[in-house]
Amino acid sequence: MTGAAGVNGPSEALVRVEGMTKLFPVGGGLLRGPTGYVHAVDGVDFDILRQETLGLVGESGSGKTTVGRLLVKLLEPTEGRILFRGSPEESGQDGRESGGQSGWMVDTATLKGTGLKEFRRQTQMVFQDPYESMNPRRTVFDTVAEPLNVQGMGTRQQRLGRVSELLGMVGLTPPSAYLFRFPHELSGGQRQRVAIARALVVGPSFVVADEPTSMLDVSIRTGIMTLMQELSDRLGITYLYVTHDLAVARYMCRRIAVMYSGKIVELGETEELLSHPQHPYTRALLSAVPVPDPGYRREPVDIRGEATAAVDPPDRCRFYDRCPVREDVCRDSPHPLLEEKSPGHTSACYRV
Amino acid sequence: MRDPVADINGSVRGRAALSVEGLTMHYLTRHGTVRAVDGVSFGLEPGGSMGLVGESGCGKSSIALSLMNLLPDNGRLISGRVILGGEDLLAMDSSEVRDFRWRRIAMVFQAAMNAMDPVYRVGDQIVEAIQNHGLETRKDAARDRVARLFDVVGLARPVMTRFPHELSGGMRQRAMIAMALSCEPDLIIADEPTTALDVIVQDRILRELKRIQQELGMSMLYITHDIAVVAEVTERTGVMYAGQLVELGDTAQLFRQPMHPYSGALLSSFPSVVGEKRPLETLAGEPPNLIQPPPGCRFHPRCPLATDICRTVMPPRVEFARGWAACWHPLAGEEPDPELVAEEAARDGA
Repeated sequence: MTGAAGVNGPSEALVRVEGMTKLFPVGGGLLRGPTGYVHAVDGVDFDILRQETLGLVGESGSGKTTVGRLLVKLLEPTEGRILFRGSPEESGQDGRESGGQSGWMVDTATLKGTGLKEFRRQTQMVFQDPYESMNPRRTVFDTVAEPLNVQGMGTRQQRLGRVSELLGMVGLTPPSAYLFRFPHELSGGQRQRVAIARALVVGPSFVVADEPTSMLDVSIRTGIMTLMQELSDRLGITYLYVTHDLAVARYMCRRIAVMYSGKIVELGETEELLSHPQHPYTRALLSAVPVPDPGYRREPVDIRGEATAAVDPPDRCRFYDRCPVREDVCRDSPHPLLEEKSPGHTSACYRV
Repeated sequence: MRDPVADINGSVRGRAALSVEGLTMHYLTRHGTVRAVDGVSFGLEPGGSMGLVGESGCGKSSIALSLMNLLPDNGRLISGRVILGGEDLLAMDSSEVRDFRWRRIAMVFQAAMNAMDPVYRVGDQIVEAIQNHGLETRKDAARDRVARLFDVVGLARPVMTRFPHELSGGMRQRAMIAMALSCEPDLIIADEPTTALDVIVQDRILRELKRIQQELGMSMLYITHDIAVVAEVTERTGVMYAGQLVELGDTAQLFRQPMHPYSGALLSSFPSVVGEKRPLETLAGEPPNLIQPPPGCRFHPRCPLATDICRTVMPPRVEFARGWAACWHPLAGEEPDPELVAEEAARDGA
């Protein structure tokens, strides 16, 4: 046992990201090298605290999905480190680092063998499209039991029991009515419940949810949002909730990180960030969200031009070209670092 | 011939009224007949705007396709009339319809990429549409008109010589709007035109669309699942559920005091980034299968207010100050007296 005391402390980091960068090559050909790199994620640092839901918000191409995939090791970072706090019971000293006042954090790049397998059990993912993320020829039982097979957990009878338990937990009751159905026999909301059951069946501590409700209708969406919150409370799950929808993030997340062009430009407690947005991009994004109140008049959206892919971007503020409050310093200095502007609320801007 | 730019300056409002009466359409599938649109009636005054909201499969897009006479092969118009400027669209033969479409009614689709031919330059496609409909005979005049349309929708003129795949999603959607405007229709149908776009681009397109619609005096039917967009864009709002229009009213009034329990549930399950963070409500169950829709009120299996009469008898329209709802137990106002309604129904049937 290594420092079990304080493991359940409320503000301990479960995931720590340091200088994480992911470049994707563009251009080139069979024999020529790439002509450039898209800086999908470019030197981001943040912590995800145990049992919190951190929202990662941004527009298409901001890099938010890439961050999610990096954290569950579906992609490997080009640079930087991702530290993950394993459960204190497991041993094996390789690659372990001190991670603060308690417990140990492991650099996920160093994981191999049983350590990697345990990491795969601890981290799971829920995808956006419940139609695409399921094999149409496999039953609900096959789909939900798959991670158990991979992890070699339980006999078939035990797996049947575990899958039924999970189906009950996600509101597909009675489980026997769903176990042997195929995806096409389920509605979108039911499929997303199956996807959640599949993610949780191996008892993970960390789940990346990538737009899990954006394909669903409103009346169904609320049910899935509520379910995810209940499961987090009940099972102590930590989420990274990736979404383009600030209104959904408001209801799901304790803190929100706003991404623009591979950078986190602002991070803070949800209500604080929404009521006092600091970065000019956050302000623009927030004022562009339609409000379901015909009497409400939004602020004009203050932003220039359109988003472009960050192919070998110049060394200056990434938002410079579109920024309504830019000055010479923003062009002549490197991209600003995230700085604390008020307690727990950081933003990366020379002008605020 | 009207000129779009002159129209904007002269602010012509009001062209032709749209009236949809008892529109019913079905899809024939191998599982049975899907009653996608069932007795939908509404009117739209000249230059007015109306939002049609509802969830997937509620029939809102099928209404648009019926109005455009663009139903797929297995779609069948069963009954109803669609009158625009005094002419019944559903009674026309195919050549009349072709002339009417785009000239009088134009549509902006969700998937703008698919609506354009990938091998022709964007400008040329619109020039062709203008010439085909006889609005300009000379190519340079048509080209000139396209250039001015691009100004109206906020696209740089050089974009005319680009191919569809070279445009961003927002630019493509603007080009689609320019195409829809090219024949100066009386009515624009916008079917989820911004659903695939990011909010900042969506905001620009919505402002543009609303401005053009008002300044050119066109009517607009705006179809979406996003009630926040409807709240901002349209004067009237219709709520669809399971193939039926269940409530229609002034947007401001409907959002302040929804009458149909489904409208109420839709509003209270929708999150907002501003205002007090009130708890979101969850609507139990899922929309019904439209091959065998439930008897009585189609919403009754999910409705918290449902009583016996809702399970057996179709609800009547209850009129309010500036709208109506089809419900036995509207959320405000007086409930209809079942006996009186039954008598009325018997009289109507006789």
